[in-house]
Amino acid sequence: MKNTIAERIFDFLKDFPPFDVLNKEQLFKISSNVKVIYIENESFVFKQTEAPHESFYVVKDGAIGLYRTMENDQILVDICDEGDIFGLRPLVQNDNYLMSAKATEESILYAISVEILKEIIQTNDKVNKFLIASFSTNIKTPYAQQNYGQLFANEEIIQANNTGLSDIQTAQYSKNPISCSKTTTIKEAAIIMSTKRVGSILIVENKNPIGIITDKDLRLKIATGLISISEKVSEIMSSPVITFPEKITIAEAQIAMIKHKITHLCITKDGTPNSELIGLLSEHDIVVLHGNNPSVLIKELKRAKNVNTLKYIREKTSNLLTGYIDQKIPIVFISNIISEITNAITIKAIELSIEEMETQPPVKFGWLALGSQGRKEQLLITDQDNALVFEDVPKEKYEETKTYFLKLSKIITEKLNAVGYEYCPADMMASNPKWCLSLSEWKNQFNTWVTKPTEKAIMMCTIFFDYNLVYGDAKLVDKMSESIFKSINSFEIFLNFLGRNALINPPPLGFFRQFLVENNGEHKDQFDIKSRALMPIIDAARLISLSHNLKGENNTISRFQKIIQVEPQNKDLYLSCIDAFKIVLRFRTEQGIKNNDSGRYIDLNTLTKSEKLRLKGCFKPIKDIQDMLNIRYNLSQMM
Amino acid sequence: MFRLFKRKSYPEFWKQHIEKVSKSKNYTNYETIRFVALDTETTGFDYDNDRILCIGAIAIKNNKIKVNDSFEVYIKQDVFNKETVKIHGIRRNGNEVKVSEEEALIKFIEYLDDAIIIAHHTKFDITMINEALKRINVGPLRSKQLDTNFIHKKIATENQFKKLFSLDELCKIYNVKMHDRHTASGDALITAYLFLKLTTKYKKNNALNLTELIRTNYYLSS
Repeated sequence: MKNTIAERIFDFLKDFPPFDVLNKEQLFKISSNVKVIYIENESFVFKQTEAPHESFYVVKDGAIGLYRTMENDQILVDICDEGDIFGLRPLVQNDNYLMSAKATEESILYAISVEILKEIIQTNDKVNKFLIASFSTNIKTPYAQQNYGQLFANEEIIQANNTGLSDIQTAQYSKNPISCSKTTTIKEAAIIMSTKRVGSILIVENKNPIGIITDKDLRLKIATGLISISEKVSEIMSSPVITFPEKITIAEAQIAMIKHKITHLCITKDGTPNSELIGLLSEHDIVVLHGNNPSVLIKELKRAKNVNTLKYIREKTSNLLTGYIDQKIPIVFISNIISEITNAITIKAIELSIEEMETQPPVKFGWLALGSQGRKEQLLITDQDNALVFEDVPKEKYEETKTYFLKLSKIITEKLNAVGYEYCPADMMASNPKWCLSLSEWKNQFNTWVTKPTEKAIMMCTIFFDYNLVYGDAKLVDKMSESIFKSINSFEIFLNFLGRNALINPPPLGFFRQFLVENNGEHKDQFDIKSRALMPIIDAARLISLSHNLKGENNTISRFQKIIQVEPQNKDLYLSCIDAFKIVLRFRTEQGIKNNDSGRYIDLNTLTKSEKLRLKGCFKPIKDIQDMLNIRYNLSQMM
Repeated sequence: MFRLFKRKSYPEFWKQHIEKVSKSKNYTNYETIRFVALDTETTGFDYDNDRILCIGAIAIKNNKIKVNDSFEVYIKQDVFNKETVKIHGIRRNGNEVKVSEEEALIKFIEYLDDAIIIAHHTKFDITMINEALKRINVGPLRSKQLDTNFIHKKIATENQFKKLFSLDELCKIYNVKMHDRHTASGDALITAYLFLKLTTKYKKNNALNLTELIRTNYYLSS
């Protein structure tokens, strides 16, 4: 029987998680069993400590505030608006309500029986994961290890809706490849290739591929006059051919091409040379699919002779990034590749600059990338932050040496600017005399920052501590790092100052319509993802790894991984921070690509419900790690 | 001659209807009353010549609209008025599965059970249904009836004497979103929303019981 009302409810629910991952049947079952409830403004749906109802709720219209009562205070924990779910956890965990739900404007709710959902949970893993995650934003101990999956703040689930990695995608091959028989003459084959405008022709016998001729064969064997064009194709064909079944993945194809040093693979019905030819996969097909290939870019970089080439490669890298983000490739993998390319570009720029100098560098030096590039977390093209350290020289040589490196730095930063990395507006570049220093000067500088931690000094530390040697002498930099740790160890209160800095920006509670619900109830419609979500995690990782004397890791994820080894008791918290970081970083990158900017400020109006939920899931670990830092460094007393 | 005045022998479904309504024990307690919000789409407004195209209904119990307790039926047409197609969108040979008028009525009466009917301009829908029931030699409906219009007039502070309010006007007053206007089920759902909002408001000044509610219905009960 037709059920118009259930269809309308279906249409409403289908856009909101977790209903969006249900199949049609499951969602229709839910929709046709909904109970619709009207709640007046200021009246309660349920109250804290009340026994659970038999249904949970989805907000259809209006808004419901969730409050926790602590002694006499009512603390607003969250506001649910259209499409939000609430009151589910107590039903699944058979527990009383931990919060009160009160309408903050008149609302219409859909009450959904938990029994129907329970059935679905058993068969739909995605829903299951979503629910664990949604609980985690509401309960005190979200990191309880669940053997059936991690928090929603997990990249896996984001990828789940996608086809997965491109490398394990099935490769798209050309169907109906051009072929001829082995008795065809070379001339005839070449004519076929010309008329069909292809670069290769397959030689078949009883439909099975037995050999291939490419443009290269014609060039090497025919044009050189070695073999006459009236000979049969079998004289020059490469044989046997390498064959694969049609389900070949891109990764497999690439490996096979590299291994056999060939550029074409035959696709046959059963994957062996003894079955019917159905297609041809060329290196070109893969390149097209990949947009670009990082190893090709790196190769091109090595051959680069001028800034224009660097610029061209940098632009290609942006395409590569867009492609990777679209394909939902893991963010760690993407940031590794992008920072490798960025590093390679910088190295090339330095090499080109040294060539332009009249003399070779007088002493050993190191070129340092700072900030996000230093942490290898730079995905979008941003401004340059860099510094230079050179070996200590006798006093009389100092001026001359410094002048040399300043001049070199100036050329390098100009080149980087030409490539597309704009000058740092705060002039944190090696071309600034303040940041082009000898080893001893750097040691002093860091020591001053550590022992006199003014607000500005702390800010400098957050930038300069995340340095990464891009070019030059590693020993110089090692010495510098050692000295920093020594300074910190002798002046431990520095960490408390650094900690205070890490807590400057608490994460918001969540989103409400186009507003951010801040802890203090302030509203804004633009979200500063960098300072609100990325920096708190980065700062926390830096602080904790400094406190454990963990050297040699600047990357936030690597830092947390090392911290976990030292503090296994807090593993769950740190893992959730890693997940949150990955999600936020991807988010910023996506936004940056979409709006062609730094991705820092996000217009909340443009976010979908599930994007908001994804982000919101990241706020919880940020809040938790900040709470931990607060206690660990006794920061509440310093504030 | 005598037989004409003798009680007719009613079909089973109608006997049950009369019995369910007259013997229901659910009316005393507001929480146990089953309300059915109802709307019909018709070929026109002439009780004698126009016909019901579709009946949509949804149940409300204890302040909850129960989607799994809803009803929707499309009726095969002999009479056809192409003018109203513009409003309700039901064509003579549309895609909906249609049943005969008699079958639709029997199904509806069975679905109705002992429920209290709530509609907007209830008199129109009920008269259309009663006319249809007459054609199969039963009727009129025994169910108690309420009208959103009269509940509103009872609690409205202004415009007490305004003629009648349209469903659209009430939706505006009570902030009910209008989806699916002019489908029987859609209008039934809107009526149900209105009913929830009206009764919540009504409850503030009055103990919510059926007698009180029916008293709002001076027009229908007269």
